[in-house]
Amino acid sequence: MQVSGSRLPSGGRIDREKPIGFSFDGRSYSGYAGDTLASALLANGVSLVGRSFKYHRPRGIFSAGIEEPNALVTFGHDGRRDPNVPATMVELVEGLEAQSQNRWPSLGFDVLAVNQVFAPLLSAGFYYKTFMGPTRRAWLFYEHFIRRAAGLGKASLQPDPDRYDTEYAFTDVAIIGSGPTGLAAALSVARSGARVTLIEQDGAIGGQMLSQPSEGAAADWLAAAGADIAGFPQITVRTRSTAFGLYDGNTIGIVERRDHLGPEPGQTRQLLVLLKAQSIIFTTGAIERPLLFADNDRPGVMLASAASTYLNRFAVACGRTIVVATNNDSAYATARDFAAAGSKVTVLDARPASPLADSARKHGITVLQDHQLLAAHGSPVSAVAFRSGSSEARLSCDLLLTSAGWTPSVHLTSHLGIRPIYDARIGGFVPGSFAAGHFGAGALMGDYTTAEAIERGAAAGLGAACFCGRKAEPHAIPTPDLDEGIARDLPALAVPRRGKVFVDLQTDVTTSDIALSDREGFRSVEHLKRYTTLGMGTDQGKTSNVHAIALMALARDQSIEQTGTTTFRPPYSPVAVGVLAGRSIHGHFKPIRRTPLHDWHLRRGAEMIEVGLWKRPLFYPEHGPDVGAAAIAEMKLVRSAVGLVDVSTLGKIEVAGPDALTFLDRLYVNNLGKLQVGKGRYCVMLRDDGIVFDEGVVIRLAEERFFLTTSTMKAADVQSWMEFLAQTAWPDLRVHITSVTDEWAMLALAGPRSRDVLAAAFPDIATDDESLPKMAVVTGTFAGEVLRIQRVSYSGERAYEIHVGSRRGAALADHLMAAGQPVGVEPYGVDAMGALRIEKGFAAGSEIDGTTTLDDIGLGGLAKKSGGFAGAVLSRRPTLTNPDRRRLVGLQCLDAGRQLRTGSILFSEGAPQRGHGIGHVTAVTFSPETDKQIGLALLSGGPERIGETMLATFPVRNEMVRVRVVSPVFVDPDGARIDA
Amino acid sequence: MLAITCPNCGERNSNEFRYGGDASIVRPSHEDPSEEAWFRYVYIRDNPKGPHREYWQHVGGCRGWLIIERNTSNHVVLGVRRAGECR
Ligand SMILES: [Zn+2]
Repeated sequence: MQVSGSRLPSGGRIDREKPIGFSFDGRSYSGYAGDTLASALLANGVSLVGRSFKYHRPRGIFSAGIEEPNALVTFGHDGRRDPNVPATMVELVEGLEAQSQNRWPSLGFDVLAVNQVFAPLLSAGFYYKTFMGPTRRAWLFYEHFIRRAAGLGKASLQPDPDRYDTEYAFTDVAIIGSGPTGLAAALSVARSGARVTLIEQDGAIGGQMLSQPSEGAAADWLAAAGADIAGFPQITVRTRSTAFGLYDGNTIGIVERRDHLGPEPGQTRQLLVLLKAQSIIFTTGAIERPLLFADNDRPGVMLASAASTYLNRFAVACGRTIVVATNNDSAYATARDFAAAGSKVTVLDARPASPLADSARKHGITVLQDHQLLAAHGSPVSAVAFRSGSSEARLSCDLLLTSAGWTPSVHLTSHLGIRPIYDARIGGFVPGSFAAGHFGAGALMGDYTTAEAIERGAAAGLGAACFCGRKAEPHAIPTPDLDEGIARDLPALAVPRRGKVFVDLQTDVTTSDIALSDREGFRSVEHLKRYTTLGMGTDQGKTSNVHAIALMALARDQSIEQTGTTTFRPPYSPVAVGVLAGRSIHGHFKPIRRTPLHDWHLRRGAEMIEVGLWKRPLFYPEHGPDVGAAAIAEMKLVRSAVGLVDVSTLGKIEVAGPDALTFLDRLYVNNLGKLQVGKGRYCVMLRDDGIVFDEGVVIRLAEERFFLTTSTMKAADVQSWMEFLAQTAWPDLRVHITSVTDEWAMLALAGPRSRDVLAAAFPDIATDDESLPKMAVVTGTFAGEVLRIQRVSYSGERAYEIHVGSRRGAALADHLMAAGQPVGVEPYGVDAMGALRIEKGFAAGSEIDGTTTLDDIGLGGLAKKSGGFAGAVLSRRPTLTNPDRRRLVGLQCLDAGRQLRTGSILFSEGAPQRGHGIGHVTAVTFSPETDKQIGLALLSGGPERIGETMLATFPVRNEMVRVRVVSPVFVDPDGARIDA
Repeated sequence: MLAITCPNCGERNSNEFRYGGDASIVRPSHEDPSEEAWFRYVYIRDNPKGPHREYWQHVGGCRGWLIIERNTSNHVVLGVRRAGECR
């Protein structure tokens, strides 16, 4: 590799006392604290840093900032591998490992560079035209190879070992960008007493001032301003923080990078800051854009301002014989900087005259006016071709710097939908308008001199302070005496007609791609973007968008205003998914709910399962080696003796007040008017549209106090619904609604011997059938807590639910197990519990699925004939009473040894198996009682089809079994067992 | 990230709240037997651009149902009050 740059012996904002070792593509290098990866590579003479996206052309470092299109690297390894990071944004830290991208097998020799030879084939829309038409099959074959060839770095497949955090922050005034404008604004706001948060993506404040000579007027000004900022405790400075998006409610999305602190245990690598501000000042500055010429992508071609940054800030001279090609005055500063550093500098100015030409010549710079840059030669660049009048000539150089003006960074101000407008004076787009409390100043607004920027920044600060209700007085902020040239009143963009001229370096879009896109009829700038992929790289076209619009305007023979700009959307620069997730990963992704018996289940070795947010015991391995065997044993236990199950996950709500009964009578379909104190009832509620919402038990604890249960999954929705009705629909009803789900542990004892267990456990409580008939409730105490026992069954067997305060739940379970030992009580899990309800044909969540009516699931008899409950009117709609609706039936599997699956689609025998069939299977289990595979289904016509044979198909697995339609009640159809 | 000023709890992040539908539609009285009235209440919605009255519940706070006037084009919250108060 050629040495194209070298570190100057002095100067810059690097710490020469702190050398830092790093590696690039496996080779070791050294830089200094204060370097970026890009500046350290340049200091080490590394000019080739990557291969381009489509043509695999060699590319070098092009910029010094976030706009970098070429120098994308992958850094880190294993789980810490980060692809597509601009080397210009990577702070150099000891041991940093970086790799170039998009080359194979090595950067110097890349097999796919052969794509250049085929470049005429790889024009805009090539993939679409070739693979998406009649030859679509070809795409399926070639995709693998194309994806490998065209692409960027690869993300790691390993879990990210680092920690990411989220911070919610608040401020009066947020200022985005800490260049001279932002600093002036911050001082002006802070003097009013308002709080300021100053956001800077660089590691240091100063913006463009950091790129000025490290000694002199600019440096002195920055040091003084920095000291002033530090003197205000109400100014919070956030460096290494990129504001990536502006969101509703004046919220700014910010990522703060902390990679420089190293991967210490517990260290946050990146922080997502959601900053809410009363007022926002945008001082995001502008980004230089390059001239267009043939082979403008060669290593050794750079933005003029970037070369100044490397020279002044990092003390790296990227070349010794330099051509600065420009169409404006701003690049003259770069020419002077390099001349001062001893380089031989030639300025090719496209314009006939510049006010700065004479002063430049006094510094020993050759200034050639009316000279058009045509092409770069050599890789890295060794010469340029230019035209003057009608003659063309060449000039040798080892660094080609260009400037075609500046592009204000209007991304953030556009995120909420305000379109930027074209400012012909600067040849770029500026913010269209600002919402109340938003201000903009500095280069973003086309205020290109430092003095203008400081003055306008201070004024914006006053405006923001006043917006926040502060009294603000203007204070004079000194301005540095800088001999600046600015980029205004630019000549029309010159585009050479020969050679490959890249507009978007990152996505390899050329001027001819844009012309082709126009010829093929893509008239909107949004279409151009999508067809050519211009601006769709990770840099979002920060150096190319304005050129693309200008070229499109040229091709369409219309103005840039007419052409317009594409929509800017967050993020401004790539944001890792990890930092958006923050701590919400693994077990913290969502809350985990544990019942009061959780540890009790674990002690018994239960296999736990997630049910919504809850952890519940699926089965107890002491009853069998797997869930199938154990659940069958547990079902048999309940049907033959007695089992104990934790039902604490049921939603539990207390309703109290003088109108509590009226409220519940309106809420549920049941007639609750006659519900006596000490009695419960199985109840169902509808939605307003007449569809079943949920079911549970309502117990009347006292005249004006009720306790009700909801299904586990609908607990939160049911409570919100009840609160909605109480607060908005029936505010005249005096009623209080309180969730008591977490206050109670609930255990169910089910089976023919359940009463024996109760009698042994609670000899002081009368639990005989006369004292405790079906659905009745008795109360007592257990270990000093209120105890309730209700006789209610979900399995068809005699059963009781026992409620006790949560903290006594495990003790109650132990007590019942001990009392039930003589009759052989054992715990059972949710798999057996679900299977028992299927055998009994009770509808549950899989049948109450938001589409079924009371009649569909066989509960029509519960409803008050008089109506008067929520959902009553629409439940009588013809569509909801049509007898062809899918209604609950049972299924028996007729093919022994074959699996009937939940979700299977039902077809009549002989009917074509197309579409959604005439029914579907909602739940299946093996039934020890009938020794068959059984299921529940919702079937068109429902009970009218009992006795028919149907086909249950499961297309996902290409399975089909024959089933017989039967009554959904497989066990004890007469209901005798509940009294057994 | 909206902020909603709950009349009971003060200014809170919108993730403490749950959207609860269009509040500009008047629910028929509980005794209203008209299928048409209930059909319109359940199914018929405008989709306005601009100010819109909607229900939100402060599920992560006081559990109160609120009526919020929100501009659907820019999400600016124009007003918040308790539902059931001065309809
Ligand atoms: Zn509240």
